Amino acid sequence: MVYDIKYNQGGYVMKIAIPVEEKSSSTKICISFGRTPYFLVFDDAKKEYNFLENTAAESRGGAGVKAAQFIVDNKVDVLLTPRCGENAAEIFNTAKVKLYKTINDSVEDNLKAFSEGKLELLQEVHPGFHHGN
Amino acid sequence: MATKKIKIAVLSGKGGTGKTFLSVNLASVTQNSVYIDCDVEEPNGHLFFKPQNLQTENVTVKVPFVDPARCTGCRKCVEFCKFNALAYIQGKWMLFDEICHSCGGCVLFCPEKALTEKNRIIGSVQKGVSEDITVMSGILKIGESSGIPIINKLLHMAQDMDENIFIDCPPGSACIVMESIKDADYCLLVAEPTLFGMHNLKLVYELISLFKKPHGVVLNKCIEAVNPSEEFCKAKKIRILAKIPFDKKLGELNSNALIVSRENMEYAQLFSALWQKIAEEVHNEAAFDSKR
Amino acid sequence: MKQLLILSGKGGTGKTTIASALIKLAKAKMYADCDVDAPNLHLLMNKNTNPLCSEYYGMPKAVIDSGLCLRCDVCRQNCRFEAISLKENYLVDTYSCEGCGVCEALCPVSAISLKLNVAGELMLYKDESIFSTACLKMGSGNSGKLVSEVKKQLLLNKVDTDIVIVDGSPGIGCPVIASLSGANMVLIVAEPSLSGINDMERIIKTAKQFDSKVAVCINKYDTNIANSNKIEAFCEDSSIPFLGKIPFDNKAVIAINHNLSVVDVDCAAGRAIKSLFEKALEILP
Repeated sequence: MVYDIKYNQGGYVMKIAIPVEEKSSSTKICISFGRTPYFLVFDDAKKEYNFLENTAAESRGGAGVKAAQFIVDNKVDVLLTPRCGENAAEIFNTAKVKLYKTINDSVEDNLKAFSEGKLELLQEVHPGFHHGN
Repeated sequence: MATKKIKIAVLSGKGGTGKTFLSVNLASVTQNSVYIDCDVEEPNGHLFFKPQNLQTENVTVKVPFVDPARCTGCRKCVEFCKFNALAYIQGKWMLFDEICHSCGGCVLFCPEKALTEKNRIIGSVQKGVSEDITVMSGILKIGESSGIPIINKLLHMAQDMDENIFIDCPPGSACIVMESIKDADYCLLVAEPTLFGMHNLKLVYELISLFKKPHGVVLNKCIEAVNPSEEFCKAKKIRILAKIPFDKKLGELNSNALIVSRENMEYAQLFSALWQKIAEEVHNEAAFDSKR
Repeated sequence: MKQLLILSGKGGTGKTTIASALIKLAKAKMYADCDVDAPNLHLLMNKNTNPLCSEYYGMPKAVIDSGLCLRCDVCRQNCRFEAISLKENYLVDTYSCEGCGVCEALCPVSAISLKLNVAGELMLYKDESIFSTACLKMGSGNSGKLVSEVKKQLLLNKVDTDIVIVDGSPGIGCPVIASLSGANMVLIVAEPSLSGINDMERIIKTAKQFDSKVAVCINKYDTNIANSNKIEAFCEDSSIPFLGKIPFDNKAVIAINHNLSVVDVDCAAGRAIKSLFEKALEILP
């Protein structure tokens, strides 16, 4: 699963993250960003990918914030996701991490689509889940 | 008959059983009483009273804010916050105030003393009058996580009122309900005559037992059939104070936000009688307690 | 697999009554009860098997070791939630404690620690169908995360089936948002009262933010025909599919009290729900 990410809308992309269900190459994309169990991170410079465990998944509240901080700390440039909460989106906006909306739950399909410039920017963000206590 | 005023909390395990119906009407038949709507997520008592001379006050909580000159980006605050309300993104300190629980921890532990607190509005309380009744409601802004500060404000406002107070509680048995009943002298549990009603009555009965509050039950929307909630009360020896039959006419008045005890003589009498019973129960409890 | 979510705004509109009927009519193999504050669906599902239970942990709560405690009072003075009091010993009230960790960090002798706190219980019935439900312990805080766990548990145990039915959380807050996650269609059960209409409008707004198709039905419509008509007109004006109106029916109440769903007996409410179900299938995306 290696793609040639062409020069894409504002800069040479180094790292792409995708929320995924499992730590395997056949994994599906997870519908939730903040509580996804893992992130698949594709490093375009090294042309390799690895999995990061999402420590925010078990949070009682503010999972989106914690997960977004984690993504930014890992120097990710682009996030491919089905949706994103408003708090995480604010963090990504500040960090200039670009969000693209996935077309289905296949990692391969989405990386391929992204490399061909076919994915659209994620426009709508949803209100927080605010789990609290 | 003692003239000591009492605080009555009206609660049920679930929404739609008749908490508001009961508390609004009990307040209406009791002179000069106070009605407090603690269902701050979905208040609707005011729809019935349509109170006048409204005074509104904001309810605030404390949230941190940063002095960027002092902040070194050490992220101690981000790591401390158990609610993940803080982030530090590329030199910018960020607060997500709807998640903040106002614990004050980040401010206390910032090594550079870069954080101080300011007030943030989470909702409001409103006070008005409807005939001789003082009507107080709280409303939580959509998206806010806890209505407890609003309930505290409402109860605080009522503290010095020397009148009978009827507290319309939020549904369920979560901590927000506990907050609403903590000052109550008596808890009135409302239950429907269905399997669901009984199940929910059980939940809320457990809660008031924990607080050892004197209590009684009103069975609402009763029909001609075996009543599981009634069976439960008999089994637990819980006093049933009234059984209000299901009445289409009543339902219609209610769904048009009319106060039935102001519209209908029969219901005015029913609620007066119920109020008398409750007042008696409370004073009997007090007498019993003083003899111990 | 399509997910149908049933919501109502305020409680007591008949959400669970309708959800249980739809589950029976659809012969659904996967369903869940997201009303974790007061779950009722299991009362009508008549499961003979025992569920698999697991504990749900909420925020960890502070616990004071009185053996180590110096009684310096620093914890109590700094607790913003008035959760610490002095009786015989310094004690934390688990219900008021929000797990912020300030007392733990301030205690000069580390006598306070945040400990795992059971805030509820998850239950999974796994026989000829998968039924996920949970119950929040009394006095617990916001139930949003537990609702997410109920949905997660359901999907982790998925079977091959066309339709999943979820009895949603009442209200309009976070638990409702958690219920909405993954729903293809939302059926709103509206009550023909002023507060019911108010809630219906708020829920529609919320559901629309989640890319879910929205449809409305009215329960106990004959308790206020004028308001019922208002709701129908509103749906027409807003191009929201109106799936039907169900009359108040004593026979339905009696059925429920005998642990039967309203479509298990012959009654007006049952017939109305059957027709509603047919219409729902037609528009399910």
